[in-house]
Amino acid sequence: MLLISCPNCGPRDETEFHYGGQAHIAYPENPNDLTDREWAEYLFYRENTKGTFAERWVHSTGCRQWFNMLRDTVSYDIHSIYAMGQPRPDTTGEYGQAGGAGLAPGAPTTSTAAAAPTSSEGV
Amino acid sequence: MSADHLPEHPDFLWRNPEPKSSYDAVIVGGGGHGLATAYFLAKNHGMTNIAILEKGWLAGGNMARNTTIIRSNYLWDESAAIYEHALKLWEILPEELEYDFLFSQRGVMNLAHTLGDVRESMRRVGANRLNGVDAEWLEPDQIKELCPILNTSDNIRYPVMGATYQPRAGIAKHDHVAWAFARKCDELGVDIIQNCEVTGFIKDGNRVTGVKTTRGNINTEKVGLCAAGHSSVLAEMAGFRLPIQSHPLQALVSELHEPVHPTVVMSNHVHVYVSQAHKGELVMGAGVDSYNGYGQRGSFHVIEEQMAAAVELFPIFARAHVLRTWGGIVDTTLDASPIVGLTPVENMFVNCGWGTGGFKGTPAAGLTFAHTIATGAPHKLNKPFALERFETGALIDEHGAAAVAH
Repeated sequence: MLLISCPNCGPRDETEFHYGGQAHIAYPENPNDLTDREWAEYLFYRENTKGTFAERWVHSTGCRQWFNMLRDTVSYDIHSIYAMGQPRPDTTGEYGQAGGAGLAPGAPTTSTAAAAPTSSEGV
Repeated sequence: MSADHLPEHPDFLWRNPEPKSSYDAVIVGGGGHGLATAYFLAKNHGMTNIAILEKGWLAGGNMARNTTIIRSNYLWDESAAIYEHALKLWEILPEELEYDFLFSQRGVMNLAHTLGDVRESMRRVGANRLNGVDAEWLEPDQIKELCPILNTSDNIRYPVMGATYQPRAGIAKHDHVAWAFARKCDELGVDIIQNCEVTGFIKDGNRVTGVKTTRGNINTEKVGLCAAGHSSVLAEMAGFRLPIQSHPLQALVSELHEPVHPTVVMSNHVHVYVSQAHKGELVMGAGVDSYNGYGQRGSFHVIEEQMAAAVELFPIFARAHVLRTWGGIVDTTLDASPIVGLTPVENMFVNCGWGTGGFKGTPAAGLTFAHTIATGAPHKLNKPFALERFETGALIDEHGAAAVAH
């Protein structure tokens, strides 16, 4: 089970959250101008990254607020948690090594300071 | 026991050849679908100068991790057609492949726990019958007769209100299925190359002409992708996108027990599916973990919920023990139907998106995908499952309609 640090409530079990898929998908600015291909991209096509992935979660049984997360889809390590509307943090080179330092669960979610490597898989 | 007393190692069922520099077609992925595709390419289309490239060992991915359920009771015409064709192939394959993989047509029961379930299930029984798929509606007393260990009383949170039943459905030994296909492929001249990971594609303009691998470059006229959970990774290498999300899907087995469970029971509503393997283990599957994942493992609470549902439905399981749990990576689409067909890259074809239900589709996936690769155009069974449906809107929405969630 993932241990997820809600920006408002702190570290909680994954069972308190719901998954929202890929982050940073904006509603089309001019929906009437889209081709069928562009609609297909908007509706059905999402990144399926093997590695660090920007995704949305909602703390549905807690504060009920949405937030974004950078998580590794292979190791399931959580690298960063950041507010909706904020751009994806630049993590280039930061997590190059396996088990590299990231923002661990329980670490302050507003800081970009590297924390000790911690498995995102809880008890 | 000393090594002197060990029996002789049995004969290997296939060769382990070095990759050649060139093939007429290359199949990426040595799981059930890749093996079945190569088999039908060789048998039906006479293409024997072909190779299967497998990054790990043969059938070590989802083919080794599924719960072996075979059924064809899907709602929509397109799905019923392809899965029923698969079921008919399952019925003749042991003889054709000359290998008994213990296909046991012990029936599959899909439980209904709410009035909505009941209506949906009866509708599906009707649709199945119109499509020539064997289907029956069972009342709780008939369920009890077929599967006495199932709790059909009303003292549980979601009492069993009825079930659909497909008598010709069942289970098979998944590893043996892979070995059966592999042995025949090898006999027909197909090179099965293990420990050979594809790292890129060689293209001439928009046409694929070769495959880069950890064991060198291989020229080929055609490429077929059969990589399930890793399909998006390969598509990205080739320069196109797939509407696929990869999720962990978990399953587990108990220790061995006397035969207690005569059929296969699936419940969409409380989400567990259970059969008893030939050897005696209770085999159970869960739903997918919600998050995207390539880790071949999921979260424990999913197992916990699945166990709670199993014990409520089957009170005697309370004293069974979990022997081991595992996860696979399933390639889900938003309409819960597979993608089998052409890609935006010339001479490259894709078979993916079978999600949580790929094992049962193995023979039909192989047959139709081989046809698509050999002729450059889809077989009538996989034509509706083209990638273009996400643009045309002609989706085959099997979500919740397919007897169990995908």
